[in-house]
Amino acid sequence: MDKMRRPSDSETIFDVAVIGGGVVGCAVVRELSRYDLKLLLLEKEADLAEGVSKANSGVIHAGFNVSPGSLKARTNVEGLGRIYELAVELGVPHRRTGKLVVALGDEDRPRLEELKAQGDRNGVPGLEIVDEAAISRLAPGVLGRWALFSPWSGIISPYEFTIALAECAARNGARVMLEAPVVAIECRPDGFLLTTPRGSFMVRRVVNAAGLFADEVAALAGIADYRVYPYRGEYLITDKEAGAVLSMPVYPVPPRDDSFLGVHITPTVEGNILLGPSSDAVEDKRDTATTRAVMAQLKSEALTLVPELGRFPFIHSFAGLRPKLTDPQGRVKLVDFVIEESRVRPGWINLLGIESPGLTAAPAIAARVAEMIGARENWREKSEFEATREPAPRFAHLSDTERAGRVAGDARWGEMVCRCEHVTRAEVETALRNPFGVKTLDGLKRRTRCGMGRCQGGFCTPRIVEIMQKEGLPLAGMTKRGGGSDLFKGRLKS
Amino acid sequence: MNEAGGNGGDRTASLPVERHDVVVIGGGPAGLAAALGARRAGAGDVLLIEREKCLGGILNQCIHDGFGLFLYKETISGPEYAERLIEEVAREGVSVRTGAMVLDLGTDRVLRVNARDGYRLIRAGAVVLAMGCRERTREMIGIPGPRPAGIFTAGSAQNLVNLQNIRVGNEAVILGSGDIGLIMARRLTFERMKVKGVFEILPWVSGLERNVRQCLKDFDIPLELSSTVVEIRGRERVSAVVVARVDQDLKPIAGTDRLIPCDTLLLSAGLIPENELSKRAGVELSPLTGGAAVDESFMTSVEGVFSCGNVLHIHDVADWASFEGLTAGRNAAEFIQGKRGAGDKVRVGAGAGIRYALPQVVRRGAENVEINFRVTRPTRGTWVEVRGVSTGKTVARKKFPRLVPSELQKILVKPAIEDDLEVSSHD
Repeated sequence: MDKMRRPSDSETIFDVAVIGGGVVGCAVVRELSRYDLKLLLLEKEADLAEGVSKANSGVIHAGFNVSPGSLKARTNVEGLGRIYELAVELGVPHRRTGKLVVALGDEDRPRLEELKAQGDRNGVPGLEIVDEAAISRLAPGVLGRWALFSPWSGIISPYEFTIALAECAARNGARVMLEAPVVAIECRPDGFLLTTPRGSFMVRRVVNAAGLFADEVAALAGIADYRVYPYRGEYLITDKEAGAVLSMPVYPVPPRDDSFLGVHITPTVEGNILLGPSSDAVEDKRDTATTRAVMAQLKSEALTLVPELGRFPFIHSFAGLRPKLTDPQGRVKLVDFVIEESRVRPGWINLLGIESPGLTAAPAIAARVAEMIGARENWREKSEFEATREPAPRFAHLSDTERAGRVAGDARWGEMVCRCEHVTRAEVETALRNPFGVKTLDGLKRRTRCGMGRCQGGFCTPRIVEIMQKEGLPLAGMTKRGGGSDLFKGRLKS
Repeated sequence: MNEAGGNGGDRTASLPVERHDVVVIGGGPAGLAAALGARRAGAGDVLLIEREKCLGGILNQCIHDGFGLFLYKETISGPEYAERLIEEVAREGVSVRTGAMVLDLGTDRVLRVNARDGYRLIRAGAVVLAMGCRERTREMIGIPGPRPAGIFTAGSAQNLVNLQNIRVGNEAVILGSGDIGLIMARRLTFERMKVKGVFEILPWVSGLERNVRQCLKDFDIPLELSSTVVEIRGRERVSAVVVARVDQDLKPIAGTDRLIPCDTLLLSAGLIPENELSKRAGVELSPLTGGAAVDESFMTSVEGVFSCGNVLHIHDVADWASFEGLTAGRNAAEFIQGKRGAGDKVRVGAGAGIRYALPQVVRRGAENVEINFRVTRPTRGTWVEVRGVSTGKTVARKKFPRLVPSELQKILVKPAIEDDLEVSSHD
């Protein structure tokens, strides 16, 4: 990672610093990298997408769940209009699957009609109410009397999307710095001095996309307008064998209070199925623990919609946190995204409360940020902007002839590292040489899928450890996700 | 791009297809023996495919002794046991491909194999499945909590410790009393790690009793039965686990929680036959074993596809996996020689007190069929009986002084089998 640090860092004045390497921050920096600007992305963790962006349903929302006129609604529908094209440009696994919101009985049909009307008002294309026969045609195995069918909804790998956005931005000159939490901010007449353990940076403008911690980051700059409350959502994920059971995300009729969308069932782009999430306010913004009670509840709720899922084993569970602006006691009720320039600190843009549908909305939020400040400053678009990113090829997705060709050209494609997800040594080595120098086990997992299969890394971890050592990473530097998450405690014998 | 788990599809026309008489998938104790069995029964061209760089499978990391008592009549270490089988395989002229992984097995016995020297399609006259098993993970057990580093399955830890000289932690708790966990408790103690206890959710030990004696008692490592880990603590690295006693339904009992500080959790809570290839080939699996349903020749529901060792059912002793391999290999050879006649089959079921019986089907008229079984709970002075389901006639009966779920047992049915059978135990 040190090679990315150029001696001139301390002297450079950055035009914009984005704080937070989640999907929103990465979308912003990628959007801004169209212009002739000195850009800096600061992320506190050892990889991008380590917070809210890695642990969610990965659903591309069409925009019928959000109130007309809200920023959520506008950025969702605008984002929908951009995200598919963007995913293609960046080579991110995604699929336009369509989506069903299912009512088990006639009594819930009016609620579906309401959702449809709301979606129509928001400008969501193609929504229709369908009956039982259509449900079983669209998604065999799904129980339901009526459903709202949204043909433009889809799925995307949220962390690959995030990483791809950052890689594209970096390709266009943006500096991406990891393990760089902003610990102090000095507000100066001409901008902000951001202090991180990796150096201090003078920046003219700041985009605060720090997710769960955006309130704390804002407070460092003397902005105390908001507080972010973490709401935990637990998930279970099935073996890929279950993938064939479900063709599209299936949601229940959402709870009346709109607090969340309800426990739903979502296929992932890789063919697993996600159950979840729950929704519980927690105290700690890092509390991503799973609980026995919720895991049991998820199973039973999901099985009422898709009974067939009961046949398949779960290979993983995890929890994500929603950054909400509504407190659990209901004293503060802010349900919309905050996308605004601070009144007290001109040049400081706050992006707060970007929960669902933030993943879909991210490209639109990024475009708004660019408009907010770009128009004023007469930013110049670079002629050499590269909109695309070449994704690393995946052995598992290649045809027989492509595989044979790869192996013939480079024997490392013939060495299987992960037996469950069919990942080769070539892919592992490429991923370990990623542009940001991420060398954590979780970072490798998100880039290659090593360890995401049914053995959960039992077989591939020892092989990866060997490869990491050959790539020059000492045993003592191997972590699950940076910080104190060291994998081992040294050598047995020297 | 988004075809999940793409396996090459049907665009195979341009790749040449290599042919072999018998292909054995997996070079562990079962697969090595299967290759031997096939050669000795006269199969001309036997190919053994192993995904690791050398043959031996999991034996290579089992540096403790206790292997070979039945096959070689002496006790040797895992690597030594492997070495002997590997020498025999070399002498018998088996073709070996290591560092080669079978990615797919079609219903037509066409394999897709990837290796550094090429990606190939191979058509086999007969296939012997010997891929072994994998370990149950934290997720399958369903232990709640955050997701710190420091959680290992016992077998992964064994690999890291024994083959890579890595200290996996300083203070460990072991969940599950499977044999690998027991062996690792001793191993970690040898390496000056503190093992704070072994916790088993069942009221009895899952591993062999000799391992409890030699690996735990001799080193004063506490073993607690009817107890389990109910929560993991620690955000970055494990800092503690919470253990609790469980009731008869294996549910944690409120108020029995106990916090045990540790930086490592080892899981030895069950093995799962790794049958992904078998499923792709259309092999019917037994819900009781997690492995293929086989007949007395170890042939699966797919003609010409045989199964043996831990991919068929979990063994407690490697030697038995090898014996099974020898038989499966021999039968695979006989299959390609056309010596195995078709015929209708009767079923073998598990009755009272029996967790599973194997083979699950037998050709009508077969004689001297050995039936493997495991009991559901420990008993003493038990009669085990094999009875015809429609005739009610007892065809085999044997008294066992002691039966435990951790030990695979056998009973021989001498007379020709004409009826569906059921194995049952009676205290």
